[in-house]
Formats: sequence, C-alpha cells, structure tokens
Amino acid sequence: MEKLTNRSRVVSDKKMTFLEKIYLPAIIKGMFITLKHFFRKKTTINYPEQKREFSQIYRGQHVLKRDDLGRERCTACGLCAVACPAEAITMVAAERKPGEENLYREEKYAAVYEINMLRCIYCGDCEEACPKEAIFLTDRIVASQYQRLPFVYGKELLVEPLDPDKRIDVSVRQTDEVRDFKLNKRFAHNK
Amino acid sequence: MPLLKLTIDNIEVEVEPGTTIMNAARKIGGHVVPPAMCYYSKLEGSGGKCRTCLVKVSQGSFKDNRPMPKLVASCRTLVQDGMVVQNTTSPEVIENRRAITEFLLLNHPLDCPVCDQAGECHLQDLSYQNGLEETNTDEARRTFAPIDIGNLIKLHMNRCILCYRCVMVADQITDSRVHGVLGRGDHSEISTLIKKAVDNDFSGNMIDVCPVGALTDKTFRFKSRVWFTRPFDAHRKCTKCSGKTVLWMKGEEILRVTGRKDKYGELEEFICNDCRFVYKQPKDWEIEGPRKIERHSVISQNHYEKLDNEENEDKIEA
Repeated sequence: MEKLTNRSRVVSDKKMTFLEKIYLPAIIKGMFITLKHFFRKKTTINYPEQKREFSQIYRGQHVLKRDDLGRERCTACGLCAVACPAEAITMVAAERKPGEENLYREEKYAAVYEINMLRCIYCGDCEEACPKEAIFLTDRIVASQYQRLPFVYGKELLVEPLDPDKRIDVSVRQTDEVRDFKLNKRFAHNK
Repeated sequence: MPLLKLTIDNIEVEVEPGTTIMNAARKIGGHVVPPAMCYYSKLEGSGGKCRTCLVKVSQGSFKDNRPMPKLVASCRTLVQDGMVVQNTTSPEVIENRRAITEFLLLNHPLDCPVCDQAGECHLQDLSYQNGLEETNTDEARRTFAPIDIGNLIKLHMNRCILCYRCVMVADQITDSRVHGVLGRGDHSEISTLIKKAVDNDFSGNMIDVCPVGALTDKTFRFKSRVWFTRPFDAHRKCTKCSGKTVLWMKGEEILRVTGRKDKYGELEEFICNDCRFVYKQPKDWEIEGPRKIERHSVISQNHYEKLDNEENEDKIEA
C-alpha cells in the first residue's frame, strides 16, 4: 500500500548503542531546541496590560441597549430565547405601569432577563432574531469566575448604563441591512 | 338528492347539496383548503367578511359552463354540480390573496413582540404564507382609546380585523350578548355599548375564536410567550361544558386554559369560563398527555420528541 506521508516510522525494538544509552547527545539536542525558542518572537502577550486587537464584530458579552431617551428597548418578545441554539436565555415579562414610560419603550418589558454565559456559544443568533434592536454582542470578554452561578448574567449586568457617556457603542456592529431597516419608514414598527 | 360533483385544483370530490366550496375543499384537505380569517364552521352565519378565502370558479356548473365573472368567497358560495374551482392553481387567486392580506394589515399594528397571540395568530401565519414582510403605506394606522371589557378578557381594538366571530359567539353560544360592532367603515369597532363588562359563562370563547390578538386572556397577559409553554390535553368533570381543554403549562404551573383547536384553528368544543379561568391548579385536572403540535408551528420549538415510534418513522421517510 502506498504511504500517505513519509513521516511514519516502522517500530522496532533494536538494541540501543552506547551513545544512545548515555542519553547525553539527545539531552543536548533537546536543550538546543529549547534555547532556540528564547530568541524567537513571543507568541503570547501580557494580557491585562497589553490587549490584542479585536475584530469590530467580535462576538463577546451581550448588551441590552437603551434607546435615545434611555428607555429599555427589550420588550421580552422571546425571539432571542427561541433562536438560541444553546437555550441560554430566559426571561420573565411584565407590564409597564403608568409612570414608567421613561424606563421602558413598550407596554411590555423584561422584568427578568438572564443569559447563562456558560451555556452561550456566542453565535449571535439572538442579535439576529431581535426585532427591537435590543440585544447586541459586543467586543467585551466575559470575566472569569470561580463559581458557576455568577455566570448567569441578569439585567444589572446586561442592560447598558443610563449615563450617556457610559453607553456601549454598537454602531459599527450594525450591518448595512440593519441600518437600512432602521431608516426605512416602511418598517414602522421599529420606530 | 344526488351528490354534487366538483373539481378543486384538479381534484374531484363529491359533496352533498348545500355545501360551500370551503367545506368541499376541507373534505379534500391539504393545500387546496383556502385560508379563512372570519369563517368559523361552528358559528352560524360566519364568513364572507375577510375575503381571504376568495377562489376562482372557472366553470359554474355542468348546465352553465361559463366562469364566474369575479372571484367568489368560498366560505359563502354553494357548490353546484360540475363546478370547477381553482385555488392555488390560479395565479389570480394568489395575487388577490396577497392583496387581501395587505388590506388586513393596513390597520393592524405590528406589535407582535408585545402581543400575546404571537405564535398562534392566524394573521401572522397568513402574512408569512403570502410573503408580506413590509408595508407599502405611510399613513398612520387607525387607533382606538383602550376599552375595559372586564377583568377576564383584554380587548385590543387596534389589532381587530373585524371578523365578527366574537360577536357571533356572544350571539349564539351565550344567552345575552352585550357587545357588538359600532360605527362604520374605517371607524367600526368591537365594543360594549355602555362599557358594560362582558359577563357570561361562555364569554371566554371569544378569546379562542379571535384569529388575531384583539381578544386575549387577561389572566395570561404577558405571563409567557406561547412557545415557552407546554400544551397538555386535559379534562375535568364540568356541569356546564364538556370540560375537555388544553392546559398551557410551564413546569407545574398552569398559565392558561384554552379549548381544543382543530387543524383549521377552530374549537372542537366551546368551554365554560369556570374551566378557562377558575381552575388553575394541576390537581383540578386529569391530564391526558402532551398535545400534538404541528412541527412547523413555533410552539413546537424546543419541544423534543422521541423519534423511535412507527408513526414518526413514517414521517421521516415521507
């Protein structure tokens, strides 16, 4: 049979010679390889101080956006949860009370919105499914934890801060289609 | 009386005199059945309002083989011997259905993310089937001030497509009708005249017959999306109705009780308000088993079924 590669070696148990028995040449050879790596370009970086460049559409920790008036866009329609292949999203809806119009955009809102970051596979299907432009994946990394429970992110971690300076910019993440969709007045339900 | 012969989409069927084209098509079943938003086989006099079921009659009968001059409403047109009907085989009908769907959506708010009916809404299905994902109109949609019609049923007049089904339920199933349609044309609305609460033992059936989210269960309002709940067939001994219902459960909790709907979205039996609104504990019910949901429905999402029985194997092969 023809070999696929020339890297295969036939195993044999032939007796080692004296040079092989003292192992010194092999050790020196190994040390030399190690030494060679000292002078190579490092492939690692000092992470917290140095950071790698991220793709603009890196899919990391989610954000629940607010609209221009600071109201939560999410209306707990459940499409993200049903689109989620890992079933990482759960939510409980509630009705907006009179006087809460400055907090929530629609008459229904998510009272509880949880994403299990251990389950999430960061595929971005929730972002794609969202009809209200509410959920986006960002280039933030989900912080590591010692316990499993803190990985279930609730609204306090997901909803972006009300402070206009601390808002999370997702403008680069919105594709042309999404931008068109928002500007197109034929889709009046998205105002 | 001899049976009448008619052809729908090149399929021949024999029906009794006095049958409508819609019911003849339902006898065949499958894709030849025109969609219906207002026709309801259990309600006398329903149909003829929404115009989604319009079909083309290319031959009136054996005696008079001229085609009918206009598309006819299949739910209201009686079959004649030798009729030839075109439903999906006629491009005219399909084009017309697209237009009708657009008309129905003219004033319908696109608030599906908020609406509790989403996922089991006939108008949603209809617009998906007809591929209408955008509107061509700029004008503001008609809006109404919210009306309170009691603490069991929520009326969203903005979503109403004026199919009159709920009025007929109140007329025919309950003994005293307290609501109807007020106004004319664009201004017509379902309302109770003196904002009197709809208060009757069978008033809850209005929720089930409503093809859109205009009438929804107030006790289920915003509790859960339909596709996060698990439907179970269940029954209980009831003195007022058959007691056969579907429980929509989340874990051990019964979020909603509805009647059982057939494949045309029509109730098999009307159920009373006690069954619907009062008994919300699992111990009140005898659960028969999970309800079969059609695979293409969003309600069947994330419901895992074993595929090891024979019935399912047939489905896979087919």
